[in-house]
Amino acid sequence: MLRTLLQGLRSPVTEPALLAALAADLNRAAQRRLGRGLSIREVDAGSCNGCELEIHALNNAFYDLERFGLRFVASPRHADVLLVTGPVTRNMREALERTWRATPDPKWVVAVGDCAAGCGVFAGSPACIGAVSNVVPVDLVISGCPPTPTQLLQGLLALLSAR
Amino acid sequence: MTRVDTAYWQEATRCLAAGEATLLGLWGEPDRVHMAVLDTDVVVLSLDCPDHRYPSVGARHAPAIRLERAAHDLFGLQPDGLPDTRPWLDHGVNPTAYPFLPVEGEGLHQIPVGPVHAGIIEPGHFRFTADGETVVRLEQRLGYVHKGIDHLMHDATLEHAARLAGRTSGDSTVAYAFAFARAVEAALGIAPPPRAVWLRGLMAELERIANHLGDFGAICNDASFSIMLAHCAMLREHVLRCAAACFGHRLMMDCIVPGGAAVDLSADGAGNIRSLVDAIRVRFPVLVELYDKTASLQDRTVGTGIVSAELARRFGAGGYVGRASGRDFDARRSLGYPPYDRLRFEVPVLHEGDVNARALIRVKEIEQSLSLLEQMLNELPAGDVRLAVEPGSSGEGIALAEAFRGDVLVWLRLDAEGRIDRCHLRDASWFQWPLLEAAIEGNIVADFPLCNKSFNCSYSGHDL
Repeated sequence: MLRTLLQGLRSPVTEPALLAALAADLNRAAQRRLGRGLSIREVDAGSCNGCELEIHALNNAFYDLERFGLRFVASPRHADVLLVTGPVTRNMREALERTWRATPDPKWVVAVGDCAAGCGVFAGSPACIGAVSNVVPVDLVISGCPPTPTQLLQGLLALLSAR
Repeated sequence: MTRVDTAYWQEATRCLAAGEATLLGLWGEPDRVHMAVLDTDVVVLSLDCPDHRYPSVGARHAPAIRLERAAHDLFGLQPDGLPDTRPWLDHGVNPTAYPFLPVEGEGLHQIPVGPVHAGIIEPGHFRFTADGETVVRLEQRLGYVHKGIDHLMHDATLEHAARLAGRTSGDSTVAYAFAFARAVEAALGIAPPPRAVWLRGLMAELERIANHLGDFGAICNDASFSIMLAHCAMLREHVLRCAAACFGHRLMMDCIVPGGAAVDLSADGAGNIRSLVDAIRVRFPVLVELYDKTASLQDRTVGTGIVSAELARRFGAGGYVGRASGRDFDARRSLGYPPYDRLRFEVPVLHEGDVNARALIRVKEIEQSLSLLEQMLNELPAGDVRLAVEPGSSGEGIALAEAFRGDVLVWLRLDAEGRIDRCHLRDASWFQWPLLEAAIEGNIVADFPLCNKSFNCSYSGHDL
């Protein structure tokens, strides 16, 4: 156990230059915007789970979301941002609406992935309502199938910089 | 694909209930119901339903219950004799009005969880009935991410259908694309070029390793041992970056298509995969040793969430859920589809059926997958990676692929123009979700995340 802990401390993970520059920008923007971090509540409103995998990756040591003060929270009541994936299914509409209403203002909604942007490959299905913007107001769309963790970070930086 | 009459259908039902065969799937279309059965071979039995009803299999064989409820929701087919007639995938106009099973007893309370869950995870509802900390009953309600895939498949082009199939469950996109491609090829009577067959195997094993590494870390994390997730998530990231470098997409979506592979291995791909194998072989055993030697972690995982061998057998539970409870079935070995019929590998089986066993099966399968990657790189032939698919005769095809969580079944029928008439995709989770309800019984509520993560069933794959 001790060996594993020390190994992590002695040899930190390195990353390519692009990610390091992005990380620095994101850090500055977060500090400027709110002087603190952003709390994010993730909502899967019908995704295939691909987007969730890449969102999970934001927490790994390479992308390390938390060093910017960005973190995922368990309750919408603690959230500043809703990260929504999937072509909103009819069966998830109410849950998405309730989660949005439970999130206190100010809040921002980010639609993650091609399905959240506009149904993706599921376009035309009677079981799907469509883009997240058909159900709740959306501040930012991050396209991709799924978007990579780098694209997610770039999107979150855009969100912070725009406000 | 065998057309049967009612008597034959009922005899097959008797066989399933008596344990003489295993149910692999049950699905509908507007005027017909099908079931796939595993005896010595995989057989599809098709029963015409001119008046939209058929004798319920679920009335005698529990694994079929939810499948029949779903077929009713999607196609209006009435299973005569099925005791549970509640909708399953159809949440109707009033989504919160669902009759959960009644509860009777002293001092019991209910805990509703979901559909939106605390973490970054798919949605589903879990209705716990607890006596203090102990779970007396778990009742699941799924269908929240039902996207209407069966409906979208009808009349789809092969290209669009392949993209849909690969997005039934994004974490198993390779396995789904693999099974879909082989089902189309079976329907058309064509075979992909040899190089493509090996590339498919490489992608499938990379996907398996990536998921098993992530799961192993996540299981430990749900016992609050987060250092394991920190390290495993890094290893998983290495696998995804390798996949992107070799095939152009971190999850390898749309890389397997009917007729072969859509991409070839990149020029430095083989070297990249070999480096990955070496790196995992160095780093992962250290983590496994840490798992084995941390007593407080073992205390959480050993003896928790036990699935009996009998339940695993009856439900035909696949993947690590089945193999951790003594059920020795792996589609790669038991059905021997290419390239696995030419490869040497073991199928690890354990018998304790607890969270620890399901975690250890993944550990052992990672070792096997690393060896498979090496064998495939050594055997990889040169040549084309894709055969042009000509629309031809209409026909049916069926194929299974061993996804990381178990066998995925794809059945389809093509029309004469080469479009999909019908396509059904059956996730491994149909025969695992119900066992989670059994596994959590008698455990404490706080052990549910641990049990749930050790199953890691698919919501999207299940909900179609």
